Amino acid sequence: MIVVSSNSNFDVSKIPRPNKSLKRNWTIGLLIAFAFLVYSARNTGFNFNTVADGLPDFFRLIRQMYPPKWATFPSLIEPFIETIQIAIVGTFIGAVIAIPVSLLAANTVNKNNKLYLVSKFIMNLIRTVPRILYAAVFVAAVGIGPFPGVIALIFFSLAIVAKLTSESLEAIDTGPIEAIETSGANKLEVILYSVVPQIAPSYISYSLYVFEVNIRTSTVLGLVGAGGIGQTLMTSLNLFMYQRAATIIVATFALVIIIDLVSTKLRERLI
Amino acid sequence: MRPESNVRKRDKFIRWSAFILSVIVLIWATLGVNINFGELIAGISSIVNIFGLMFPPDMSYLSNTLVRMMESVTIALLGTAIGSVLAVPVAFIAAQNLFASSFVSWLGRQILNAIRTFPSLILAVFFVASFGPGQLAGLLAVGIHSTGMLGKLYTDVIEDIDTGPISAMEASGANKLEVLWYAVFPQILPEFIATSIYRFEINMRASTVLGLVGAGGIGVILSQALNYRRWPVVGIALIVIVIGVTIVDYSSAYLRKKIV
Repeated sequence: MIVVSSNSNFDVSKIPRPNKSLKRNWTIGLLIAFAFLVYSARNTGFNFNTVADGLPDFFRLIRQMYPPKWATFPSLIEPFIETIQIAIVGTFIGAVIAIPVSLLAANTVNKNNKLYLVSKFIMNLIRTVPRILYAAVFVAAVGIGPFPGVIALIFFSLAIVAKLTSESLEAIDTGPIEAIETSGANKLEVILYSVVPQIAPSYISYSLYVFEVNIRTSTVLGLVGAGGIGQTLMTSLNLFMYQRAATIIVATFALVIIIDLVSTKLRERLI
Repeated sequence: MRPESNVRKRDKFIRWSAFILSVIVLIWATLGVNINFGELIAGISSIVNIFGLMFPPDMSYLSNTLVRMMESVTIALLGTAIGSVLAVPVAFIAAQNLFASSFVSWLGRQILNAIRTFPSLILAVFFVASFGPGQLAGLLAVGIHSTGMLGKLYTDVIEDIDTGPISAMEASGANKLEVLWYAVFPQILPEFIATSIYRFEINMRASTVLGLVGAGGIGVILSQALNYRRWPVVGIALIVIVIGVTIVDYSSAYLRKKIV
């Protein structure tokens, strides 16, 4: 009688082999992607001829823009300031409203599951729609100017800051919360003394990050009529003032780069 | 003890002056955009009102909206493909660890930086001005912008590769092409594909907006509907955008998880 020990029921077919179906899946996937690309190219009219036809016009446009006319710069200062102001106000109001919302959307603080899920869902919903679309809708609702731009930025900053902050809130150390709770503190005291000190640096850092993004956005808000330098760019292009448009673009780059540098430096110091 | 308390005092001073400075900046900005509390409340209530007017959405526009949404999808997809292809050579030039001399790679990085500073919406404005309104302008805008973005990310991927396999192959007498094919590509390809898929998500959002400046896609419907204040049509367009973007987000996240 042969006693079958546990490690002798060895089966050759159980040795892992190079995965053939993996290779097949890749090939099929790539073929489908390629077929879809060809279909898309035909649909959009993207081919050598259409691109070659438009290129001369494109280069003519670039030539007409060069050199930027810096004499027009003084007239641009005001819209530039408006651009910065839109971003500041939008970020600030959005970030302030984000504080209570992020508390609702963190399961370490908010123990009410229904409220938690609803606030998560709303924030995800807000973030699905691009910022410029909000701006366009709000322009149609309340009229052209910086006001709809500010509201669009409030909306979006609220959603991003609240999402990031609530994620940090879910990762905080719950020890201090429990300690303070057992010593008989109420909800507000718990938040003030055990949650806020842990979360404040990352919250400020997220707000600064969103401010960077908002500066970039507020330079294009004007393309849909929501104030700032984008609106000046649009008028310059419509009036064929291409050198002025070039000045705006160069100055916008400078602005974005400066704000990025300052904000990155500030964030580095915070964390 | 002394110096420590001095540092504390300085810290406190910096904190307070930063606080006061931000309050001043905030007041300046609020005055600049001409917003007061009453106006803000009125504006928000009129916006809430608008969302009410969008319902029920105009379902007779559904098929039209879906066709335009497919346009947006094709713009995003093809734009991502163009960007992914164009970004590869630029990234190899800009990466500092493989071939190029430090000057050439510096130049490559500067070119990528310059492309990236153009938001796709501004590119679209220029392409509409030279190629005429339509999908082609949007496609080029997305493609060029993606080249800059993907080029930067690809460069990072290339600079992070493990050089062990490369030296091993070189030592065994492989030529440049063989090194690329067997030691470099297997390392970077999954990352490249995952990066491009992520870019597709972003481009999907961008391509829904392009129509507002005449560059094709669902934004065209939105822009017309907004001009005539046809809110139920705006409603259906927004619903289609939200559903479409969500589908793309989830499937892209799924694909990326499979690849990396």
